[in-house]
Amino acid sequence: MSSTLIRAERPLFEGADWEFGTIQRCYDAIEKVALNEMGLDVYTNQIEVIGTEQMLDAYSSIGMPLFYKHWSFGKHFSRNEAMYRAGMQGLAYEIVINSNPCISYIMEENTAMMQTLVMAHAAFGHNHFFKNNYLFQQWTDANGILDYLEFAKDYIMSCEERYGEAQVERLLDAAHALMSHAVHKYPRKRAADLRSEEKRERERREHDEKVFNDLWRTVPGKENTRHDPTAAEQRKALLELPQENILYFMEKTAPRLAPWQREVLRIVRIIAQYFYPQSQTKVMNEGCATYSHYTIMNRLHEKGLLTDGAMVEFLSSHTNVVFQPEFDDRRYSGINPYALGFAMMQDIERICTLPTAEDKQWFPHIAGCNDHMNVLRDVWANYRDESFILQYLSPKLVRHFGLFHVMDDASEPNLRVEAIHDERGYRKIKQALAKHYDVSWTSADIQVVDVNLAGDRRLILHHRALNRVLLEEKDARMVLQHLADLWGYDVLMKEVDPGTEAVLKEHAASPRPGIVQIEPT
Amino acid sequence: MHIVDRRLNPSGKNLANRQRFMRRAKSQIRKAVHESAGSRSIKDADEGGEVVLPAQGVHEPSFRRSGTGGIRDHLLPGNKEYIAGDTIQRPPNGGGGSGSEGSPDGDGEDDFRFALSRDEFVDLFLEDLELPDLAKRRVVNTDALVYHRAGYSVSGSPANLALNRTVRNSLSRRIALRRPKPEEIQALKDEIAALEGAEDEARRAALEEELARKLRRSGVIPYIDPLDVRYRRFEAHPKPVAQAVMFCLMDVSGSMTEHMKDLAKRFYVLLYIFLKRRYKNVEVVFIRHTHQASEVDEDTFFNSPETGGTVVSTALEEMQRVIDERYSPDNWNIYAAQASDGDNTASDNDKTAALLTKVLLPACQYYAYLEVGRDSEHFPPGFIRRDSDLWQTYSTIIRNGAPMAMRKVGHRRDIYPVFRELFAKKTGAEAAAE
Repeated sequence: MSSTLIRAERPLFEGADWEFGTIQRCYDAIEKVALNEMGLDVYTNQIEVIGTEQMLDAYSSIGMPLFYKHWSFGKHFSRNEAMYRAGMQGLAYEIVINSNPCISYIMEENTAMMQTLVMAHAAFGHNHFFKNNYLFQQWTDANGILDYLEFAKDYIMSCEERYGEAQVERLLDAAHALMSHAVHKYPRKRAADLRSEEKRERERREHDEKVFNDLWRTVPGKENTRHDPTAAEQRKALLELPQENILYFMEKTAPRLAPWQREVLRIVRIIAQYFYPQSQTKVMNEGCATYSHYTIMNRLHEKGLLTDGAMVEFLSSHTNVVFQPEFDDRRYSGINPYALGFAMMQDIERICTLPTAEDKQWFPHIAGCNDHMNVLRDVWANYRDESFILQYLSPKLVRHFGLFHVMDDASEPNLRVEAIHDERGYRKIKQALAKHYDVSWTSADIQVVDVNLAGDRRLILHHRALNRVLLEEKDARMVLQHLADLWGYDVLMKEVDPGTEAVLKEHAASPRPGIVQIEPT
Repeated sequence: MHIVDRRLNPSGKNLANRQRFMRRAKSQIRKAVHESAGSRSIKDADEGGEVVLPAQGVHEPSFRRSGTGGIRDHLLPGNKEYIAGDTIQRPPNGGGGSGSEGSPDGDGEDDFRFALSRDEFVDLFLEDLELPDLAKRRVVNTDALVYHRAGYSVSGSPANLALNRTVRNSLSRRIALRRPKPEEIQALKDEIAALEGAEDEARRAALEEELARKLRRSGVIPYIDPLDVRYRRFEAHPKPVAQAVMFCLMDVSGSMTEHMKDLAKRFYVLLYIFLKRRYKNVEVVFIRHTHQASEVDEDTFFNSPETGGTVVSTALEEMQRVIDERYSPDNWNIYAAQASDGDNTASDNDKTAALLTKVLLPACQYYAYLEVGRDSEHFPPGFIRRDSDLWQTYSTIIRNGAPMAMRKVGHRRDIYPVFRELFAKKTGAEAAAE
């Protein structure tokens, strides 16, 4: 390709300064490479230039441009601000939002090279991933999210006006505590359409107001005498038990919540669901974005659009991003998703173009196919971290990272090395690493299993303690307390061993007044 | 692609969240503020800054798998020496192979540190305190003036020309007097030009006449008449005195230990912050005394040693001299805080009392006397401690209802309560009783 290359007359920019014209020029050059040469498919881009405070703002509201008010966002803002001021923490160069148009925030302090880099990274890499990955297509609605957030913000504000800030705050505290268990892990019958959510809520309210008739209250009901022996099964079927989406269960079933409270729970739940794909695709998402920016920047340099100086600056910041400290390094804090993702994407390119005998044996379907962009686009569309690693982590990379697998059984005195980067270990390491990115393995498996509707209405939850790892006790008690407050009656959580069904530990909580009225017992 | 410049958006988007957070953590923040205030110097005591909160109160819980127990596996990069089947000594923290897996979100239970702005800091610090009501006494008799907008006038300087109002008047006058609009005149001219060469002479003559009349009329009725002109009017209001001077008097004779000076310093810091809150401009005068007194800077005041006897009236005389020289009570709110261990030469007590009641107290807004004692002063039971010379002297003055207060302090933890006691907001009943 470089033989046919026409070198540009002059680079896109020289030095560190930029203005809006520079950004436009860089964007156009990047777009040419990304769309024509790499074949990326992106939402329309919107680049927003922001300052430090706005970046801190975006940090505290999980990157969203508008969000409802809650003290915890103030807490995160204050902490980030203090850390930033003290120089303990730098700020991200960009934040990108999965919306259509795709909004990328870039910092005003960035150099011209850095703006080019972040546009290649966010506005094309992440953007392509958001638009094409099946998880995002299945779970998120990029067209509707900004409208929905707007609705959420206004709705919660109107609740604050009507019911008081303290009321809403208590409710949100409880909802946030349960946010980690507020997602449907499997698609339900109908995909959620965020835009219609808002409409539906309005219509529902109007309908309620229209058909309201106080007389119905006075009509004597039928005496309920029928007593079914299989009441337990019926009840469970009716309540869709067992249910792992705890917040959904509360919204639909909690007996004493007011309608507006259910709607607030729903808002928190829908936002949690919106972020669900991101937690499952961290390695791939960053890998895709990092691979894209690396390829684009190199092409720009080849075309003479980037000066050598800018290229050196780029490489220095790129290598910082994809640096993987070793386990005995003081800087080690887990596997760097940028490093792993980028290495795997580059590895796929290598397998496609320059395969070794080993690659041909491990990846017969892609080795030597010479069309790496096609393979990569397919990978980006159809995998999540877990399946991606299981499928594409090559022996060469296992050796490159020197990965080894350590088993830690609390009942044994020592740790045991299960597998290392050798012939016998590749598969084991691949499987073990993939498991680390499987949400059903990393997050606690907690389900609502039963509720005593006829008697004391006690709610029973099970935590299936995988590998006998229990819940963090102090936190679990606090969350359970929130749950009891929402439910309005006692709550019991059993931690059971999934193998033997033995109960390892029990926690119980009784509701405090505040969110719902508590009946004196 | 759009590029949007968001830097111009209003800042402080997160203010509401921050306030909610502050309210939530108020009791903890208050405690942290009071603790951090002790360790600051007088001048920068109210700078705001970082406070550290325990993580507990603002913790956000969630269901998490615990960091210990059970069977867990780790995948680590950078193997150098291990082969499959090796056993490794469990690291002492029990957290597994890496030691960093225990805290998934990375922040664990660390203390939570964050920065307060100056106003937030001082607000919390001085909650529920107020200056004795005397501060308003000097508002009236001052000759500093401040100008406020007060409507419009028909005369004034060109710089104060009220353009909008002037044009509005002109417009209404023009409408009232039916001054022809330029468009009307233009329309007439156009019509005449269109009739050029046509037969209708009579029509044309009528139009010409009409045009001449309109032109004359617009010449007679001016666009802007001196009648229309308005000026912005300003009214002078006397400016309340917004400045205060704070006198720090301290006995530095040999009997004052470092501990006592530290107590005094803490008290001065509090008073300084408090005054700063109420007055735009606060000056501090440091006067130290043994058997003679002098005005010094802050550093000398607290740090350089001095020996000699103790004659309190010298300090009061020095204060009087400074007031006469630089701080006329007509223009300044004067506050004084005196710290001493209570010793005074017996023959000086009467002179001190006289100076205070006759000269200083009438000039002062408030006079606080702080008697600092040793930290560990224990007296055997049955032993009644005699009040110090100064304490006795000042007691008689206070009994006569002077704007003065005094307290004893033995330990630094008492400083803040004593300060609050001196300046606590009077409840309705108390205020009425006075």
